Amino acid sequence: MTDDAMTDDGSWLIKGVTVPASGKHGEERTSILLGSGSITAIGPDLDHPGARILDAGGLIALPGLVDLHTHLREPGREDAETVQTGTAAAALGGYTAVHAMANTDPVADTAGVVEQVWRLGRTAGHCDVQPVGAVTVGLNGVRLAELGTMADSAARVRVFSDDGRCVSDPLLMRRALEYVKAFGGVIAQHAQDPRLTEGAQLNEGEMSARLGLAGWPAVAEEAVIARDCLLAAHVGSALHVCHVSTAGSAEIIRWAKSKGWPVTAEVTPHHLLLTDELAAGYDPVFKVNPPLRTEADVAELRRALADGTIDCVATDHAPHPVEAKETEWAEAAFGMTGLETALRVVQRAMVDTGLLDWAGVADRMSVRPARIGRLPGHGTPLAPGAPGHLTLYDPAAPAEAVTPAGASKSRNTPFAGMELPGRVVATFLRGVPTALDGKLA
Amino acid sequence: MKRHLISAGDLSRADALLILDTAEELAHLADRPIKKLPTLRGRTVVNLFYEDSTRTRISFEAAAKRLSADVINFSAKGSSVAKGESLKDTALTLEAMGADAVVIRHGASGAAHRLAGWVQGSVLNAGDGTHEHPTQALLDAFTIRRRLKGTGARGAGLDGLRVTVVGDVLHSRVARSNVLLLSTLGAEVTLAAPPTLLPLAVGSWPCAVSYDLDSELPKSDVVMMLRVQQERMTAAYFPSVREYSRRYGLDAARMARLPGHAIVMHPGPMNRGVEIAAEVADSVRSTIVEQVANGVTTRMAVLYLLLGGMEFPATGVAR
Repeated sequence: MTDDAMTDDGSWLIKGVTVPASGKHGEERTSILLGSGSITAIGPDLDHPGARILDAGGLIALPGLVDLHTHLREPGREDAETVQTGTAAAALGGYTAVHAMANTDPVADTAGVVEQVWRLGRTAGHCDVQPVGAVTVGLNGVRLAELGTMADSAARVRVFSDDGRCVSDPLLMRRALEYVKAFGGVIAQHAQDPRLTEGAQLNEGEMSARLGLAGWPAVAEEAVIARDCLLAAHVGSALHVCHVSTAGSAEIIRWAKSKGWPVTAEVTPHHLLLTDELAAGYDPVFKVNPPLRTEADVAELRRALADGTIDCVATDHAPHPVEAKETEWAEAAFGMTGLETALRVVQRAMVDTGLLDWAGVADRMSVRPARIGRLPGHGTPLAPGAPGHLTLYDPAAPAEAVTPAGASKSRNTPFAGMELPGRVVATFLRGVPTALDGKLA
Repeated sequence: MKRHLISAGDLSRADALLILDTAEELAHLADRPIKKLPTLRGRTVVNLFYEDSTRTRISFEAAAKRLSADVINFSAKGSSVAKGESLKDTALTLEAMGADAVVIRHGASGAAHRLAGWVQGSVLNAGDGTHEHPTQALLDAFTIRRRLKGTGARGAGLDGLRVTVVGDVLHSRVARSNVLLLSTLGAEVTLAAPPTLLPLAVGSWPCAVSYDLDSELPKSDVVMMLRVQQERMTAAYFPSVREYSRRYGLDAARMARLPGHAIVMHPGPMNRGVEIAAEVADSVRSTIVEQVANGVTTRMAVLYLLLGGMEFPATGVAR
């Protein structure tokens, strides 16, 4: 073999990796060859001179993770996050695509803003950035934004959301659902009745009563979800329910799906693991919208994710600068970071508990979110010819305490100090590593 | 070491009795011509008040001064707070000035709790949002014990006494602290209010609940009326002030249903004619003026014990 033959040709040979398949036990170790942006081959005895070799013994390979719900904060709040830092956090967390929420400043309610975010994503390069468009102008819930223009723009927007605020006007919600049928769009609703949550701070229950924090009733979420499911059925258009947080919400969605209605839903990692008990110390790092709920809600959300009622995990990664959280509870901003810890939290909440196998994780964190996000080229099961989006994960890595310092510009992780299992070892986007050995590549 | 008083729930029965007994000792001081003790000479107590509350601030100020502490009053108005300084920065400023204790009144629930994480000195919660007001509960317990058990009742709890707390429990820090403290001291607490003004999860509290004030009165040793805040009157918690007053206000006719020994309390300031009628407020059953005097004594006891190095809970964990 000459030196020339050894020349790196940009391809990667991932050896000894396990590709989870549902229903199979004791999956065989295999190798994956990545080249020219896609998976060239999968098989036990692959060899490719010129390929860089990654020994992946003990690791599992998942199709690159897709987040339906990310706040990248740019434009407007670059002190909290930028497309650059947010996508870096995404890559370290195993994500190859994120949906950037519209509540930026200016709001992503025009083709101009969504194209700006889309272009920033292309430049940053740590993962694909798919902008979400606002449903209403300025998220004000009064007038529809130019949904069609955003759909036709270079950003090719298909998911629309006023996330952070609820499209509470039933007529406007009906119109939005109807209108996006023209280009196969979906309305992602932040379900929160504004009147029932005026001044609300924490899940209404024993904790809010004891702590003297204004209660945030489950019904404020559930009533809107029930209404929206009925509207989606009525007009025959796609509804996606953001960050489902209560047992009752899961029950309503299960009922809507049993009717065959076009409803999908997501749950955040934090709602799968944390409860309102954590507010006892008034540390606003646990302040989030929708609020952390009870143990019973957590159990039901896990069950609903396992049985497919809830389609996917979405982070609702919501970075905030230190001063937005180092304050009194009521003054503090809502939101938690989540991109860098999501997969580890899901392992702890779903896999280690026996509720979901790794094939299920691939489905809930990659395949289904990509489908709901209408994101071609993502969420494709690992097979020869599939795009080279890949996450290598070590589920056996010893549990380590989460440190707030990461690639995100913000430090508001509720998991700081908590021991979580697993480790994202590498992330590949179009065959090229974006993260390698747990660091940015 | 943490030496704070943030929640009445942090006090064990023994802690609470120690405070009440200390207050009883100090009460004798008030009868002397020179009311001052040298105990806290050279110590600095900061009154950090983000809400207008002249009566609570003056009470803490008097308490600290009678123990010879230096008192700094820091009010949110006309200070750097008005310029947008965060609670944390204010805390660090006070810390740098060497505050041994910070008495904080704040509109946000949990503010005292947060402050305790940022300063070395003792934090005394003088009312945080709709959470707690533990020294109010202590002075109420002290008042109840003095009136119903006598001034020589050292070491005694409130066992078997029936206390009915009436009104806006949902938004009341006074009610929260009283439920915790009075039940710790053995009293049987009943909350009487329209359902809209009770927390949904009130069933998890160590007390009974009634929507019917009239049925509670004949069996009450103590009736504690809560203030109805102006902003509740227009937010659909009840149809009208008149209806509230008719169903939950304490007037002379209702007072007549109380047992002969029963007392009527109010943390102030009162809405005369709304939750309490003038003839009730001014009757011999009323302890409202005594509560003010006892407030100074009880707060002296708390400052004395906290700055003297006591840690709550000093004995066991109360919850």
